[in-house]
Amino acid sequence: MGVEGIGASVVRKEDRRFITGKGRYVDDIKLVGMTHAHFIRSPHAHAKIKGIDSSEAMKMPGVIAVLTGQQIVDDKIGNLICGWAITSKDGSPMKMGAWPAMAPETVRFVGQAVAVVIAETKNQARDAAEAVVVNYEELPAVADVKAAIAPGAPQLHPEAPGNIIYDWQLGDEAAVKAAFAKAANVVSLDLTNNRLVPNAMEPRAAIADYDAAEEHFTLYTTSQNPHVARLVLSAFYNVAPEHKLRVIAPDVGGGFGSKIYIYPEEMVALWASKKVGRPVKWTGDRTESFLTDAHGRDHITHAEMAFDKDNKILGLRVKTHANFGAYMSLFSSAVPTYLYATLLSGQYVIPAIYAEVMAVYTNTTPVDAYRGAGRPEASYLLERMMETAARQLNVDPAELRKKNFITTFPYQTPVIMTYDAGDFNASIDAAMKAIDYAGFPARKAKAKSEGKLRGIGVSCYIEACGIAPSKAVGSLGAGVGLWESAEIRVNPVGTIEVLTGTHSHGQSHETTFCQLIAERLGVPISQVSIVHGDTDKVQFGMGTYGSRSIAVGGTAIVKAMEKIESKAKKIAAHALEASENDIVIENGEFKVTGTDKSIALPMVALAAYTAHNLPDGMEPGLKETAFYDPTNFTFPAGAYICEVEVDAATGKTSFVNFVAADDFGRLINPMVVEGQVHGGLAQGIGQALLEHAVYNENGQPVTASFMDYTMPRADDLPSFQVQHTTTLCPSNPLGVKGCGEAGAIGASAAVINAITDAIGNNKLEMPATPDRVWHAIHG
Amino acid sequence: MSTVKLTVNGKAVSAEVEDRTLLVHLLRDHLNLTGTHVGCDTSQCGACVVHIDGQAVKSCTVLAAQAAGSSVTTIEGIAKGDELHPMQAAFRDNHGLQCGFCTPGMIMSAIDIVHRHSGQLDEATVRHELEGNICRCTGYHNIVKAVLDAAGRMKVAQAAE
Repeated sequence: MGVEGIGASVVRKEDRRFITGKGRYVDDIKLVGMTHAHFIRSPHAHAKIKGIDSSEAMKMPGVIAVLTGQQIVDDKIGNLICGWAITSKDGSPMKMGAWPAMAPETVRFVGQAVAVVIAETKNQARDAAEAVVVNYEELPAVADVKAAIAPGAPQLHPEAPGNIIYDWQLGDEAAVKAAFAKAANVVSLDLTNNRLVPNAMEPRAAIADYDAAEEHFTLYTTSQNPHVARLVLSAFYNVAPEHKLRVIAPDVGGGFGSKIYIYPEEMVALWASKKVGRPVKWTGDRTESFLTDAHGRDHITHAEMAFDKDNKILGLRVKTHANFGAYMSLFSSAVPTYLYATLLSGQYVIPAIYAEVMAVYTNTTPVDAYRGAGRPEASYLLERMMETAARQLNVDPAELRKKNFITTFPYQTPVIMTYDAGDFNASIDAAMKAIDYAGFPARKAKAKSEGKLRGIGVSCYIEACGIAPSKAVGSLGAGVGLWESAEIRVNPVGTIEVLTGTHSHGQSHETTFCQLIAERLGVPISQVSIVHGDTDKVQFGMGTYGSRSIAVGGTAIVKAMEKIESKAKKIAAHALEASENDIVIENGEFKVTGTDKSIALPMVALAAYTAHNLPDGMEPGLKETAFYDPTNFTFPAGAYICEVEVDAATGKTSFVNFVAADDFGRLINPMVVEGQVHGGLAQGIGQALLEHAVYNENGQPVTASFMDYTMPRADDLPSFQVQHTTTLCPSNPLGVKGCGEAGAIGASAAVINAITDAIGNNKLEMPATPDRVWHAIHG
Repeated sequence: MSTVKLTVNGKAVSAEVEDRTLLVHLLRDHLNLTGTHVGCDTSQCGACVVHIDGQAVKSCTVLAAQAAGSSVTTIEGIAKGDELHPMQAAFRDNHGLQCGFCTPGMIMSAIDIVHRHSGQLDEATVRHELEGNICRCTGYHNIVKAVLDAAGRMKVAQAAE
């Protein structure tokens, strides 16, 4: 490891602009002649639009246009799509209702756009929106998933009778039935995985700029995947052909999944820019984020686990109802299926698994992938199940887990996944040691003597990230491939630009990707630039989500570097009059092994571009591209243990300690990896203790601001003890696994297990607010 | 419309704004100081924190007109040329930021926290004092470390002056 290579905690190159206020987010950008959009949104969860009167608004100062959903339809702009096809048990395809960018006839959730005002200033657009009169006829609404599938429930879409999108299954029902028939013990559990709002700190924003002379659009947008945005906007929404649409995602202030999707507002901005002939800017406010950013989670699950007399797991049966909200968001269908049920084996040998998932429409904001996406739901279910089982079987929860751990790899689960490597005992042992698990009974007794309820909770998660290979995901219904691209340009003076199809919105690519170059080519990271987030610069890429950037995007960079190295060695060998096989790279020098002859990379690069003395037949230049399609997911895994103290009088939970032991394979930048873990843990703890998107029975959101929805703040959280165990990922050359989502996947079960241990009562749902905990204690 | 005259980052500025204009919009839209961010609409998130006459204030809670005559410092105004403010340096060195969106507000709040406590800070105090600033990326772990680190650096810097 060099000081800037793999394994070094290099401080981030991108930081200087952020700490000096020079970041460039979408809302910071101003274009000449720019107009401002303000959306008129439905106040009702379900209603017919009887008419829209914009005559008064059009007379107001600065107003340029009021555009409606009917005009979108008239202009043949396509509906929003869901990009992953799921097939129900009975063989029927999923039943998707139409989702126009602005509603022409029917609104189905509070906040759905029905019209947009375009004006000279933001305030003028906002004022005029107040003067647009929308006449609604209210319809009965349903927000609860069980109520939505009950007979007589309000129906959302004619395409989906009974509000059922699909009724899907995975696993072997008969084998599970046989497993339960011979069980010595069966443990059952009902639980809710609470709906969350991603709440990236930067609200979504878009600026669309139509150039009539070139018939060309530019879209600046808060996206995790600008190329996917361009593809969807051009191929499905009919806004512009790909070569006439440039999508730029500049600095983006967090995503957590919510900025994967292509939302109505971006589409409308593009369309409106052409209509008014000027750039159109829309910046969402926080309320709009709550109402329109895709939400996360929202499952109701019943599960049963069968054990033999030795407490070995025989089988698992799971039935989940997933609330999809009012429309199918871009990847919504994959989340409670292939990102959830495929992880139901967890870290355990479970010979038979059967999962059923029913996806249901309700009059709420659409739900899609949020940090972890399906895997937190699977992990929470399994880890509460293991804890519940340990208590019911009267065995130590850590011991029950260890008894059932998978210990040989590769391991084929009954639910598609093949785990390639891991050492689950190593991570739980590390966590148990760090928290002094053995000393807990004494600490609990001491706390009890002081009138405090103390509990400890374990959560052993495994997740699948860097979703791949493309052929496999295609066979499961994905509408896209999940490879990644990299282009490396070695400039004539030896500086390097790396173009990646991934996108950094906090993940530190501008530093960690440079470290890959420094490690292999010996070039200082100050001499390397990472280019991303612009479809005119990077040819194509799939973006950043699902903890894929280093495992897939990083490997693409390695593959491109191999090509660079190969050509550079030929040039060096030619210049040094040596055999290509004798050239080695050390600290940026191409050396003839066993001699003192060498040539530095900048001289090789210069030779490549002057082309005065290249090997016969070699093309000039030093630029290579690689498209990398992984052979498998990577499987990060780990153990989280937390110790809490609950105040029986108030129901308030305080952290005594929180330890994490994660196996992410090889770490490129441990400082950055730990930062990712911290953030994930905070979101997992937020789900467990604080966060909950609540709707009333009429579909009105009652938590649509930071005043109502409890975001984790500094004094809600502990400092974390983060450590690492290592098994290298065998399916990529770096040996890396993803680290972005682990914390959010594993943390919530550890917290709830600790609280239920403290209070001696398992009837507790997330978020475990003081009110809920108090009632769990006192009945 | 009103003419608002104030000092921003040491320079006298004047702007013609609607009466309802918030200080944050004066900074961002009229003065192009886009380092001050808007992350919510209920004065909860703290992404817009600036200093008015040396005190940390959420610039979304103040009308531009109310700031007339005062001296406003934004994130763009705390470094001395290329030399970072100790709080900026501590955020970088402790990896106290990821996406960077909450960072300007965090840094401006944190400087005020250190000043108000005369640099005498512990973890619990920092966590309590940061309750007006929301970060979604870092879990606050490294922000807390950065503030504690900067408190030490600022003391050293002050002693040197």
